[in-house]
Amino acid sequence: MNPSSQLRRYPTRRAVLGAAVAGAALPVLGGCVTGGNDDANEAAAGTKTADNPLGVPDKTPLEVVIFKGGYGDEYAVNAESLYQQRHRGATVDHKGIQKVGEALQPRFVADTPPDVVDNTGAGRLDLATLVGAGKLSDLADLLDAPSLDDPAKKVRDTLLPGVVDDGTFDDKVQTLNFTYTVWGLWYSKPLFDKNGWTFPTTWDAMLALCDQIKKSGVAPWTYQGKYPEYLNDPLLAMAAKAGGPDLVKAVDNLEPNAWKQPGLVDAATAIAELAGKGYILSGSEALSHTEAQAAWSQSQVAIIPCGSWLEAEQKGITPAGFDMVMAPAPALSGSDKLPQTALQAASSESFIVPAKAKNPRGGLEFLRILFSTTAAKRFAELNSTMPSVAGALEGLTLSSGLGSVKTAVDAAGPNTFTYRFRTWYAPLAKAVDDATGELATRRITPAQWSDRVQKAADAVATDTAVKKYQR
Amino acid sequence: MSHDRHGRYRFLAGAILPALALYAVFVLSPYAQAFYLSLTDWTGVSGQVNFVGLDNFTRLVGDPLFLAALRNNGLMLLVVPVVTIALGLLLAVLVTFGGRRGSAIRGASTYQTAYFFPQLLSLPIIALLWQFVYHPNDGLLNGLLRGIGLGGLARTWLGDPHLALWAVMAVLVWSSVGFYMVLFAAAMAAIPTEIIEAAVLDGAGKLATLWRIVLPLLRDTVQVAFVYLGVLALDGFAVVQVMTVGPGGPDNATEVIGLGLYRNAFTFSKFGYAAAMGVALFFLTLTLAVLAMRAGRRDKVELA
Repeated sequence: MNPSSQLRRYPTRRAVLGAAVAGAALPVLGGCVTGGNDDANEAAAGTKTADNPLGVPDKTPLEVVIFKGGYGDEYAVNAESLYQQRHRGATVDHKGIQKVGEALQPRFVADTPPDVVDNTGAGRLDLATLVGAGKLSDLADLLDAPSLDDPAKKVRDTLLPGVVDDGTFDDKVQTLNFTYTVWGLWYSKPLFDKNGWTFPTTWDAMLALCDQIKKSGVAPWTYQGKYPEYLNDPLLAMAAKAGGPDLVKAVDNLEPNAWKQPGLVDAATAIAELAGKGYILSGSEALSHTEAQAAWSQSQVAIIPCGSWLEAEQKGITPAGFDMVMAPAPALSGSDKLPQTALQAASSESFIVPAKAKNPRGGLEFLRILFSTTAAKRFAELNSTMPSVAGALEGLTLSSGLGSVKTAVDAAGPNTFTYRFRTWYAPLAKAVDDATGELATRRITPAQWSDRVQKAADAVATDTAVKKYQR
Repeated sequence: MSHDRHGRYRFLAGAILPALALYAVFVLSPYAQAFYLSLTDWTGVSGQVNFVGLDNFTRLVGDPLFLAALRNNGLMLLVVPVVTIALGLLLAVLVTFGGRRGSAIRGASTYQTAYFFPQLLSLPIIALLWQFVYHPNDGLLNGLLRGIGLGGLARTWLGDPHLALWAVMAVLVWSSVGFYMVLFAAAMAAIPTEIIEAAVLDGAGKLATLWRIVLPLLRDTVQVAFVYLGVLALDGFAVVQVMTVGPGGPDNATEVIGLGLYRNAFTFSKFGYAAAMGVALFFLTLTLAVLAMRAGRRDKVELA
């Protein structure tokens, strides 16, 4: 064999690659990521009895996936053992994980999801998308089932105000949120007492107090600037109190010029005033939530906006005797449509039962147990966080922060509100966050703020590819 | 003879096919799927997929976020490779020829190790460290400026739309310059000493030797560095995602294509649209690589 023939007989690298690519691409394309099937599955169901109102089948395994974040997953393990006590012979496959979305996305596509999922955390699956794709079970059976503690009471009637609404998409309840979060402004009570400061209930009083605080050498406000959505909460809360439920509805329903309503412009003006008068700790716009909250915990700053998870989040670094408390955002004017005690409240820690679960009845039953007073109390004890089950905090010794949250919730009574646009239209939420970040650094005016956000809302409203919701 | 040939083919196939199959499944097929998904409205969780033609690409052109990302990646593409290569060459020259009479500097390997160090850290960790450095109140950078009496220059580096992207680029340069210094130093060490000596005998000064002898001989290495750094500049996702306000801010000042892709896929559940971004990025990177390789394809210098 001479060298030249040898060269010719060997296939060139290019030819081999080309042939292999052509051969490999075809079958692979066929079995690609979107190749799910939509066949209806026959889920197992048992007989319904007084003891087993949801008809959980005997000896059927249950797979539970829990977001193991700030709240850990011990509370879920506790509920799972209660489940096993009620359903002898049922094994429970428990998974406590962080990236719920990454782990479960392929399983939802392939229609082999777990039986119940805590779809929470930064890596969660977009709820609106799951709903739109019809991947979730209707939870009506669960809500109408007798509650574990009092069979005369339906599960529906044991939940705090707003919880059922929060889980409703297209007139169907498709998720049930386990924790109850309220938003407000946080301060250290001893710090305020020592300086003779009283937490204000009106915006004018807030500005007067900020002046006083600044003179004492402490920065009045900071916010978690890296994520401007934290500053949206007081802004949108003040707007909601000023304009009442109609303002909130107009925003969520993407009505024309909803973001130009006086309440919203006034609230944006209030935040801009705070920045303009130098009442915000300098550099706040670049601080992460941990950095801003640490500055606050070290009493470099008097006031920070946050949700009711703050106390649990700051556990490790709160100095002794700091005694944080939460107050609702002040009223913008005397003519506000909601009382100043009204609270922005929303339930979170979203539990779902996938439509294609193997044991959906078991999934519902797990939630019936989790949302019982016993299991909810255990959660509150473990995490000093308010569950969305009414009365779960009764009889417990509460820490300073959680106690103030309970007081605020009791004072608000039925006057709670929540914006839904964040869950319904994620791109609009981003536009609001960006605009508020710019507002707080005075790079845009309140009028420009509402123009920008209105433009983003209009873009969502006219985008035919986006599924619309109404409330 | 013919038997022999079949044996060869069998051996060739046995050697190539397993690797090729892995390559096809884990590299080619995701690419093919991305191209296909970019023509659909896939949400990421549904098994149902609708073909939407080039709709996603027409949306891209009108998407202000994507255009901001293009602008930012474009600026990074202009700045990061040039600065990194210039600094890398400078450091490599100093280490390799900075000693007496053009020899290697004393402790050259120590310098190389020290400069190479950032390469050992993963990008998210680098981004996190630099977030501390840029901290407006307790950060190293502002602390240093205030310490030497230049407190007036202290800035909210990551919170200012005019500075944030430059702060990101500084991190990218810092994290890669050590690697390219080592790469260039190795290429310089490979230049036969006779060539340098001949130049010196001919009366070339240090600068002339560097400019006319050493650098032209490094052409191929620099060219490869350009391609790699160009790809790096078109990415920037990890640093932006971990370090910047928003992330991608303030007000989209540090938005990059990779971040938009990630957000559209995993936050907005628009996997089809995200795939279209990926395809656009793919062609950008490909064009860059081809242009860079073409630009350098002339008079090759053969050593020895």
